[in-house]
Amino acid sequence: MNTQALFGQLLIGLINGSFYALLSLGLAVIFGLLNIINFTHGALYMTGAFVSYFLLEKAGLGYWWALVIAPIVVGAVGVVIERLMLSRLYKLDHLYGLLLTFGLALMIEGGFQHEFGSAGLPYSMPESLQGVQNLGFMFLPNYRAWVIFASLVICFSTWFLIERTKLGAYLRAATENPSLVQAFGVNVPRMITLTYGLGVGLAALAGVFAAPIYQVSPQMGSSLIIVVFAVVVIGGMGSIMGSILTGFGLGIIEGLTKYIYPEASNTVIFVIMAIVLMIRPQGLFGQR
Amino acid sequence: MNEQRYERVGFAVMFVAFALAPFVIYPAFGMQLLCFAIFACAFNLLIGFGGLLSFGHAMFFGMGSYLAAYASAAWGFPIELAILTGAATSLVLGVLSGFIAIRRQGIYFAMITLALAQMVYFFCLRAPFTGGENGIQGVKRGSLLGLLDLGQPIAMYYVVFAIFILAFLLIHRIIHSPFGQVLKAIRENEPRAISLGYRTERYKLAAFVMSATLAGLAGATKAMVTMNASLTDVYWTMSGEVVLMTLLGGMGTVFGPVVGAMVIISMQLYLAELGAWVTIIQGAIFVFCVLAFRRGIVGEIEAWLRRRKA
Amino acid sequence: MKFKMKTLAAAAALAFAAGTAQAQISGNVVKIGVLNDQSGLYADLGGQGSVVAAKMAIEDFKAKEKGLDVEVIFADHQNKPDVGTQIASRWYDTEGVDAILDVPTSSVALAVAEVARNKHKVFIDSGAASSDLTGAKCSPYTVHFTYDTWMLANGTGKAIVKTGGKTWFFITADYAFGHALERDTSAVVEKNGGKVLGDVKVPLNTQDFSSFLLQAQASKAQIIGLANAGGDTINSVKQAAEFGIVKGGQNLAGLLIFLTDIHGIGLEKAQGLILTETFYWDLNDQTRAWSKRFAAANGGKYPTMVHAGVYAGVLHYLKAIAALKSDDADKVMAKMKATPTDDPLFGKGTVRADGRVTHNAYLFEVKKPSESKGPYDYYKLRATIPADEAFRPLNEGGCALAK
Repeated sequence: MNTQALFGQLLIGLINGSFYALLSLGLAVIFGLLNIINFTHGALYMTGAFVSYFLLEKAGLGYWWALVIAPIVVGAVGVVIERLMLSRLYKLDHLYGLLLTFGLALMIEGGFQHEFGSAGLPYSMPESLQGVQNLGFMFLPNYRAWVIFASLVICFSTWFLIERTKLGAYLRAATENPSLVQAFGVNVPRMITLTYGLGVGLAALAGVFAAPIYQVSPQMGSSLIIVVFAVVVIGGMGSIMGSILTGFGLGIIEGLTKYIYPEASNTVIFVIMAIVLMIRPQGLFGQR
Repeated sequence: MNEQRYERVGFAVMFVAFALAPFVIYPAFGMQLLCFAIFACAFNLLIGFGGLLSFGHAMFFGMGSYLAAYASAAWGFPIELAILTGAATSLVLGVLSGFIAIRRQGIYFAMITLALAQMVYFFCLRAPFTGGENGIQGVKRGSLLGLLDLGQPIAMYYVVFAIFILAFLLIHRIIHSPFGQVLKAIRENEPRAISLGYRTERYKLAAFVMSATLAGLAGATKAMVTMNASLTDVYWTMSGEVVLMTLLGGMGTVFGPVVGAMVIISMQLYLAELGAWVTIIQGAIFVFCVLAFRRGIVGEIEAWLRRRKA
Repeated sequence: MKFKMKTLAAAAALAFAAGTAQAQISGNVVKIGVLNDQSGLYADLGGQGSVVAAKMAIEDFKAKEKGLDVEVIFADHQNKPDVGTQIASRWYDTEGVDAILDVPTSSVALAVAEVARNKHKVFIDSGAASSDLTGAKCSPYTVHFTYDTWMLANGTGKAIVKTGGKTWFFITADYAFGHALERDTSAVVEKNGGKVLGDVKVPLNTQDFSSFLLQAQASKAQIIGLANAGGDTINSVKQAAEFGIVKGGQNLAGLLIFLTDIHGIGLEKAQGLILTETFYWDLNDQTRAWSKRFAAANGGKYPTMVHAGVYAGVLHYLKAIAALKSDDADKVMAKMKATPTDDPLFGKGTVRADGRVTHNAYLFEVKKPSESKGPYDYYKLRATIPADEAFRPLNEGGCALAK
């Protein structure tokens, strides 16, 4: 096996891992703090990419604007979803949340599909990030390097926000014992809403990252979301650091599989999931 | 009096309605309805009575469909054996996947079944016997037990009708048996059931396998009706659809899944011209049901009937 | 007196004949059903555009003036064989549909072909790729226009090798269709003096091709053959641009790619891509004129070869009916096979015994952005493949009708 080629594949795996990490982070935040399985995550990731497309097409606002605007726009949508619909379900079995978000995902994807067909829309790469670096063992597109860097920063900041800041502490407390925290004067419903908005904002951000390199199409979320669910199950749904590490780790493993045995590369994550479930049902970093 | 009488009346209405259906609607459409009604009932057994939401039931439906189609087209099995082959395959698959999935509950269980179903989908995509993207054609209905020629749609319809009635009665039997009672107890309060000495894992696995086998039966029958099998049968959207049918009809009710299947299948066919709107409408129905209509059509009817008596 | 009697008799005979002729068109209406994907992956390729094309054909044929009443209905098969067969059965049985047109997605096409065979009704496919439709799974009621996998493999493969692309590396979608495309193209490449350096099998619906593109780059093959379709092809092309593959001197060959895909990728990323199609709006004056009319009726979107296939198919079908004054499926099928096809879009062609329609095919290269004058101005012609070479020889398909 060619070590040069291997390094190239590992690096690519890391890039894919960034997407997995970003998306599973959003899911983990929402699940860990709200106990909702957000099926809409894939559709909102797609919406983020579409928002970027529109910003470019209609308003002439490029990639860097989109990085800021798209998550805010989609986050706002998330806030509306949470306020209007999800909040009514907290007292019920969590499965209803799953079904609701599944239905919303269908509506959003169907809506986009109806408007835009399925062929996908072009989104050009920002000038400043074009070009490749010759690393010796491979040509690394600058954009991909940016993706790795940016995801690491964002993942780490989010983890820090939730695990190490006062705001994060309030959030965690609020989900463990909402009534007590509310008694202390903290506005719990608002925290929950903001958390959902944050989670989906992360998804939208991943969508902006994806727009220049993947096809901007209504289906882009649905194929990805199932893999991300597997990632989250493997990582253990309560742990934020767990999902970050698992996301990157699985990206690398998948990358290796693409090199060694490409036919299996789309099932390897599910196989790992099955194995992890047999040995350690709560996931690698989860608590029982 | 009421529970039993209600079920008997409901059953009689359903029986007569489906028996007379081919004179009113297009028989092929009616057969499609019946197959999905079986599928939804099988799914309901698991969620409504077992409390387990599986998001991967397409794997049982689809594999049942594929194996029945393959048995008929490639091995020349007569229809009865082909359908049995399909159901048996799903039984085996149910046991294998059950072992992995039953370890967790609630949302985790749903996620796991979804992921397992994806694996099955990928397998079907590549396995040569499934014909990949083209699917399997050339399925022959032949004649039932060598006696009844099934080339006539009406004849085939009544065979499918008979299968549906048998499946329905079987599920009914399971629900009202001691096994069914334990299952309900587990659904209500698993720790208490465990403390009473029941091996809940086994009961849940058994329910899972039964549901899988019946879903496979539905798929196998459907393959003989449409005379083909394809990837749409194992794709995750099929799993979502059966959830929708059951939710809309009424989870945990006896007739709910049948009604739900009828509504959704009719909608798909008659709104086929609207394209993507079908997806949007299905999503909207999900949202509406979860927010405001959790008991489903039959559930609401039953609640209304109970209020009337009170 | 005599004259009057003669005229009367002639008039009576004419009326009688007209009456009988009318009675031979089932339901007095020729009903055409356009069945395709209206909302999913292939909606742009066919979709409503195919309905527009069918209507244009009816208009251009001047059906009314010839005394034929022709109707068009359409439905969405959602790329599901079940939905497709249900609709086809219902159409043929209860709605008096005489012929079904378009039907992309090979699994649905094969299933509908079976339905048509069982019910003895006409099926004219112009959207699906499977060469089995006129091969192992051929039927006396199937006519297959536009393209199939053999034509794509041979057209693209042979023409590229002949124009200098000798070494190949395949990125193949890992399922039957992809394998078939790779296998057929490899055979052609090697037969014409080229060499296949390697391949990599990629799972269907993969989002990220970087790993596989890297392998293709490392192989240093002149041509990277994309044995995939739809979203996979679009992703491969986009990401190949990102990795500077074309700039690095390798060329991409799209084995199944359409004008609408190029539109979605954008010329910036698709430039230099080589592909085969059997119709392009800018080929000659006739195609240009037709395409302008089509675009006006189709919301400004230009026609794909699938749309052209529907138009040509309807035209040929109506010609046969008008000549026979009957829409009896067996007679019409025989007439369609006995008459050469001739329309402004494909030029002259033949409907063979196995149902395959042969016409010219064209090798195109995607223009650079600087070379394009506007949307849909994407191709430059690299080579023309004559009809008798473009499609699989009659005796090689394994079709019982070909003997």
